Amino acid sequence: MTPLKPVGPGARVALGLAFFVLFLAAWALATFGGYVSPTFLADPATMLREGWNLLAQHGFLKDILITIWRVFGGFVLAAAIGIPLGMAMGAYKPVEAFFEPFISFSRYLPASAFIPLLILWAGTGEAQKLLVIFVGSFFQIVLMVAIAVGNTRRDLVEAAYTLGASDRAIVTRVLLPASAPEIAEISRLVLGWAWTYVIVAELIGASSGIGHMIMDSQALLNTGQIIFGIVVIGVIGLVSDFLFKALNRRLFPWSLA
Amino acid sequence: MSKLVIEGVSKTFAATRALEKIDLAIEDNDFLCILGPSGCGKSTLLRIVAGLEEPGTGRVLLDGQPVERPGPDRGMVFQSYTLFPWLTVRQNVLFGSRSNEARAARLISQVGLQGFEQHYPKQLSGGMQQRTALARALANDPKILLLDEPFGALDNQTRALMQELLLGIWEADRKTVMFVTHDIDEAIFMANRVAVMSARPGRIKTTATVGLPHPRHYTMKTSPEFSRYKAQLTEEIRVEAMKAVQQV
Repeated sequence: MTPLKPVGPGARVALGLAFFVLFLAAWALATFGGYVSPTFLADPATMLREGWNLLAQHGFLKDILITIWRVFGGFVLAAAIGIPLGMAMGAYKPVEAFFEPFISFSRYLPASAFIPLLILWAGTGEAQKLLVIFVGSFFQIVLMVAIAVGNTRRDLVEAAYTLGASDRAIVTRVLLPASAPEIAEISRLVLGWAWTYVIVAELIGASSGIGHMIMDSQALLNTGQIIFGIVVIGVIGLVSDFLFKALNRRLFPWSLA
Repeated sequence: MSKLVIEGVSKTFAATRALEKIDLAIEDNDFLCILGPSGCGKSTLLRIVAGLEEPGTGRVLLDGQPVERPGPDRGMVFQSYTLFPWLTVRQNVLFGSRSNEARAARLISQVGLQGFEQHYPKQLSGGMQQRTALARALANDPKILLLDEPFGALDNQTRALMQELLLGIWEADRKTVMFVTHDIDEAIFMANRVAVMSARPGRIKTTATVGLPHPRHYTMKTSPEFSRYKAQLTEEIRVEAMKAVQQV
């Protein structure tokens, strides 16, 4: 194979689907063929049946919606504060010098380790779930946005100055639009991570949500339901990622080749 | 009084002396080329005039007013493509604080980009981007136009066409121009006056008046008169280029 040579759109889809098919085949072979005990791993048919059970009899749709709301709620909260702060840090170096060391430190604090503390502070209600996602997303967004804004091409800033732009206009008319596509891309990335935080938050001290269902199923050794829950998360993640990408393409047609 | 006066400007970067005691004056409606080998500090000099760098010593006066920071009275076209990629051609030309619709429209057609107003920079060739950048700088109606090897990244044919285009605009408006280049032909073809800079630390080694009549036609580049100027400047700059090579 020639390195870096692009693959055609048809072949790309075919190859992508091929892996899913192979993966399913391997799973089916391992379970239907009796190589793995059903106690540890349900077969695909059982998973689908259990999934239907969940939706039809246990109101799993409500769990899904609650989880989606938590992810978006926590993420929007983190973005609403994190993006302006990141922009201020990227644009104004004293602001960056003030916040950057602390935020770099906080970034490495694992969001899941905060769960016991957050339960102590905020109980086991929705506020605590949102806070877990906030803690997990906020510091990442701030730092990445600050870097994106700080990396704005200097020659564009200089060109704007020679055209009579004020310091304020440099921020609003150059730094912001120049880094907007990257900020959107950062948001897409962090939203993906928020999905892992929400499940962890729901594994502990929750009475609803996909993570809670997975926890309950574990108690019943129902691997079919657990796998169905994981697949649902994957599908929602894929769909939201796809929508985000489509939105970015519409918002920033100029950034495409 | 001269339009632009550069008085004893020096500049040092870390341990490198980039410019040493530059004295230079540009008259109103003049077209001055700064010609020098690469790394001689000619771009630095232009950036100091633009207010993008501070001089170590000395000062720059425009219409008697000292230059302290960049401003709309000194329009600039850079060697790199500096159109704002998120704005269309028309929006780019309208970006300047003193630009307006009528002037933008006139300049877009003057640089031959009518029909491309709604295009984004990515959809344009390098030559078209630099023409837009030229229109953008002129739409702001600066007192002086600063050009930092604006055609340096273009292929030879496009560069020749761009030179004629800029010259045509200058011949029509007689805007004061300071043009930095390392290309001798370009300097002679465009300029009324050529200031040759020495190798680092950059000094003005000599200035020569180019007496070729206006309007200039590209066929002039092969005239005996043109060749005489070229022979003279080639000798001047060759010595400096040799020094620059030996420094590295």
